[in-house]
Amino acid sequence: MKLIYRNQTWELKGNITIRDALKKVGLRPESVLATRDGKLLTEDVVVQADDVITLVAVVSGG
Amino acid sequence: MKCTKCGQPAVINMRQHRLGLCAEHFLEWVPQVVQRTIEKYDMFTPEDRVLVAVSGGKDSLSLWDILLRLGYQVEGIYINLGIPHDSYSDASQRKVEAFAAEHNAAYRVVNVKQQYGESIPEVAKRKRGRTACSTCGLVKRHVLNEVTLREGFGVLATGHNLDDEAAVLFQNTLRWATGYLARQAPVLPASHGGLARKVKPLIRLYEREMAAYALVRGIDYIYDECPYSQGATTLFYKQLLDQLEAESPGAKQSFYLEFLRARADGRLLPADAARPTLNQCQQCGQPTTAPGICSFCRLWSTQEEPLERTDGDE
Repeated sequence: MKLIYRNQTWELKGNITIRDALKKVGLRPESVLATRDGKLLTEDVVVQADDVITLVAVVSGG
Repeated sequence: MKCTKCGQPAVINMRQHRLGLCAEHFLEWVPQVVQRTIEKYDMFTPEDRVLVAVSGGKDSLSLWDILLRLGYQVEGIYINLGIPHDSYSDASQRKVEAFAAEHNAAYRVVNVKQQYGESIPEVAKRKRGRTACSTCGLVKRHVLNEVTLREGFGVLATGHNLDDEAAVLFQNTLRWATGYLARQAPVLPASHGGLARKVKPLIRLYEREMAAYALVRGIDYIYDECPYSQGATTLFYKQLLDQLEAESPGAKQSFYLEFLRARADGRLLPADAARPTLNQCQQCGQPTTAPGICSFCRLWSTQEEPLERTDGDE
C-alpha cells in the first residue's frame, strides 16, 4: 500500500490496518484523517496491497 | 467499524463519545451538536442576524455551512490581511467566494491594505515590538467588532473548535493568567461601551471532527497553515493535548468543558475577575484598556510611540 501525507510518501507491505500503518510511520491517529478515493476511513479498516491512502492533517488553515 | 445508528460502514470513530458514524449520520450529527450548543449557552435565536467570521479554513466555512443549514440569518465576513506568501490571503479569499457562490450566501470583504493603507506584514514590519500574529489578532478583533455593531448584527460568530479553546486554556493555566481565564468563554456578552456580542458555536466539537465534516461535506477549504503560524505555541499545546487524548479519550473535552462548569459554579474565580476597566478611544470610539487612543488606531499612526512596553525591545 501507498501512504501519502503532505510531501511524503511511504510504501508499506502486507494487508494491515490504518492504525498499524500510522504507527509504522510515526503518526498519531488523532492528528490525521485517512482517505481512500476521497472517502474517509476509520482506523480499523484493513488496507489492501494496491490501495493508495491519502492522509489529511487535522490541524490546518484559518 | 460500523455506524452506531444504522450499521453501515463508519467514516469516523469518536472515541470520546464512544460513537462511530457513517457519512450520512455524521453530517446529521454535527449540526445537531452545534444546535444544542447554541441553545445551551443562549448564543442566539433565529430572529438574530448573525455575522460569521470566515477565514477560508475548515472550521469557519463549516460553521457557515452549518448555520445556513440550521436556518439562521447568517452573513459571512472575510478580512483580507494581505499575507503575500504563495498569495495566502488571496487564495483564502477565493475559497470564501467559491463557498458563497455555491451556497448563494451573502458575505462582505474587508481588505486591510485597501482600507487602511498597509497589509498586516507591512504594518508589523514598521511597528517595533509588534509581531505579524499580534497585529493580525488586533486588526481582526477591531474590524469584526466594528462591522458587527455598525451593520446592526446581533452577534458575531467565530469558528473556534474545542481544540482551539483547550489549547488556549492550557496556555493560560500554565501561567495562571487569571484575567484571561476569567474571560475565555463560549459567549462574550455585548457591553454598553461598544463591544459586540461574540459566540463560538463549535466549542463542543473536536478539530478532528471539523476537518472530517469539511471533508465529508465536500467543502473546499484552505489546507495550508498560515505561513506565520509555523511553530506557533498553540500548535505545540494542541500536540501535547492530543498525546493526552490518545492515552485517555475525552481528556481534552473534560479539561475544557469542566473548566467552564467549575467557573460558572463560582468554584474557580471570583465573579468580578473578568472586568478590566474600559475607556473609549478618543479617535475611533471603540472600547480600549489603554487611556487615550486604542492600540488599533496607534497601529496606523506614523508618529513614534511612547515607550509603552519594554519587553519587546531588543
